[in-house]
Amino acid sequence: MNVSDSRLMTLNIGPQHPSTHGVLRLIVELDAEKVVTCRPDIGYLHRGIGKIAESLTYEQFLPYTDRLDYLACFINNHGWAMAAEKLFGIEPPRRAEYLRVLLSELARIESHLIWLGTHLLDLGAITPLFYCFREKELIRDLFEEICGARMTHAFCRIGGVRDDVTPTFLPKVREFAALFPKALREYESLITDNPIFRARTRGVGVISAERAIDYGLSGPSLRGSGVAWDLRKAEPYAAYADLDFEIAVGQRGDVYDRYLVRMEEMRQSLRLIIQVAENLPAGPVLADAPQFLRPSKAEFHRNMQAMIRYFHITIHGACPPAGEVYTAVEGTKGEVGFYVVSDGGPKPIRVQLRGPSFVNLAALEEMAKGQYLADLVAIIGSIDIVLGEVDR
Amino acid sequence: MIHAQRDIGTLLVSDLAERLPGAVRQLSHSRGECYLHVEPSRLLEIARFLKGEQPWQFAFLANLSPVDWLSRTPRFEVVYHLRSLVFNYRIGLKVDVPDQSLSLPSLTGVWRAADWLEREAYDLFGVRFPGHPDLRRIMMSDDWEGHPYRRDYPLAGRAAE
Amino acid sequence: MGLIDGRFEKNLATDAVDTVLNLGRAYSLWPVAYGLACCAIEMIHTMTARWDLARFGAEVFRPSPRQADVMIVAGTVTHKMAPILRRLYDQMPEPKFVIAMGGCATAGGPFRTYSVVQGVDTIVPVDIYVEGCPPRPENLIRAFVLLQERVKTMTIAKLPRSTEPPIRIEA
Repeated sequence: MNVSDSRLMTLNIGPQHPSTHGVLRLIVELDAEKVVTCRPDIGYLHRGIGKIAESLTYEQFLPYTDRLDYLACFINNHGWAMAAEKLFGIEPPRRAEYLRVLLSELARIESHLIWLGTHLLDLGAITPLFYCFREKELIRDLFEEICGARMTHAFCRIGGVRDDVTPTFLPKVREFAALFPKALREYESLITDNPIFRARTRGVGVISAERAIDYGLSGPSLRGSGVAWDLRKAEPYAAYADLDFEIAVGQRGDVYDRYLVRMEEMRQSLRLIIQVAENLPAGPVLADAPQFLRPSKAEFHRNMQAMIRYFHITIHGACPPAGEVYTAVEGTKGEVGFYVVSDGGPKPIRVQLRGPSFVNLAALEEMAKGQYLADLVAIIGSIDIVLGEVDR
Repeated sequence: MIHAQRDIGTLLVSDLAERLPGAVRQLSHSRGECYLHVEPSRLLEIARFLKGEQPWQFAFLANLSPVDWLSRTPRFEVVYHLRSLVFNYRIGLKVDVPDQSLSLPSLTGVWRAADWLEREAYDLFGVRFPGHPDLRRIMMSDDWEGHPYRRDYPLAGRAAE
Repeated sequence: MGLIDGRFEKNLATDAVDTVLNLGRAYSLWPVAYGLACCAIEMIHTMTARWDLARFGAEVFRPSPRQADVMIVAGTVTHKMAPILRRLYDQMPEPKFVIAMGGCATAGGPFRTYSVVQGVDTIVPVDIYVEGCPPRPENLIRAFVLLQERVKTMTIAKLPRSTEPPIRIEA
């Protein structure tokens, strides 16, 4: 940073700023309108969630994962539940795996809708925000239907999901699936060929595939550069191996391609949702693992051993065998990783939450160098960060 | 040819034993995943090897995580998770952090992703990474004292804060 | 008095200056755009078409605190963020109000950690606490409506917070 170069102006953006998608602070050095350096200053939402995990049992920590990527809460729950299941050696039942896919994809659509609305809002188009939130409300209603909460549901459980879905849930999902394609077409008719949008996003914020991989980018930020990498295909988990869908891949690695990737991802998510709604297997939604999971209330009332087990697990917490896991799921921003280390006690001794937004944000400077200040705003939107995941 | 994930550990160990002898102390497994235990002084060599060698191409650093073992000697270890996107391989590296220096060579020259991950490790654990272009705190404010994720740092903070 | 007595009752309303000012203030409370964490998402939902906070006068979320009347602290406040929160509050012109939205703004929420301020009322005076994690949009709207009631009790001489305790809205 050449402080003596009087041609450069240092501009502080944030942490309170309409275009920073949360409490992000950028220290930008400008040469007239062009960005010379752009240093993110983060940590304004650092809550120590990884450290909190060391003081709670695996089950108790689950609601905290909602607060990581709070735009797609279920996906974080799912990642944590999978990590814990691997540590404990529990396998969720098929119905739960399918439901997890359904809810994860609903969460993905929800997250992409808010991305679309706020990204366009930053670029000066206010209308898409209201249209996107119209559909987003429908998804919130679906989540509210099954668990009573609109967001931060903590609906996933270690061993499955908390409860089976209500009888009216699947018909409502089908209703949503029937009307959502029309909504998508509506957004695309407003945005995709819009000359102002194209002028502001094509060729802006380009990152090559090689640099993207080097930065550890994942999710649409990586796929926009032409790298066909998606954990749902590379390391299929839950029920993804049984379902048909495609990975959306861009070409140029600019803001516009990342937009196209996410729009296509919403279509593919819808495709997955419809498949799950049609082929949901019957059965329990929570694994039967009496060593680690509490017995059901029915068993608790019927069976003395189950009651003892229930109390023991509640008071002491379930203890997995010592070891470690790194589990990753394909979140809406990229690879959501959970590195969990157990020493055989009821609480983990270390939890590293790998937030894709944190890793992706590091590439901002490279994408923005030499571009205009107005482009910077477009680029931040196209990386799609959520500060809960950046700062944890 | 693309190997099965379960064979990666042993294949890597034998390849490294030939090309970089003495760099890997041992191979361990946990829940089906392989971890190479690496000599701290050989970390940079191994990192370059794993990234650059054609049959491996671990070009993606997925995660970098310090672990505070508190009562163990050495106290800290850093665990790296790598991916080869080309072949869809995964491998973990475990490196003990020497107690005297409390530092490991920076891998920012190998994977740019290490930049912020190492800064976070420094901020929250106090592990230093000589060779890092800009090693300063990333989460806590610059004048913060202490490294919050160390297990002897109280969760609710010190009374002074 | 005799000139207008009995002639313009249908067209003229008279009232105290305070009442008229308060009416204007209460029904045009513009929030400053200050979403910090998860609660911000519910705040955005409250602003969009279904819940539509604009019906209650919160027509626009002002990016600049100098143009805002109410600060809705939506999310967790960290020690790093605290000075900025105070600075923004100080930049707001009087009369100004604060709604602490959500568990984190109220009392630190589930995050009793080294980096989190245990309640925004340690930094700024709060008029309404809205509980919930996050609170539903209906709760935020209720907070707004109660704030409007409060604003209407203002006089030129005093702000409601100097005489009345803050209101707590349960989840």
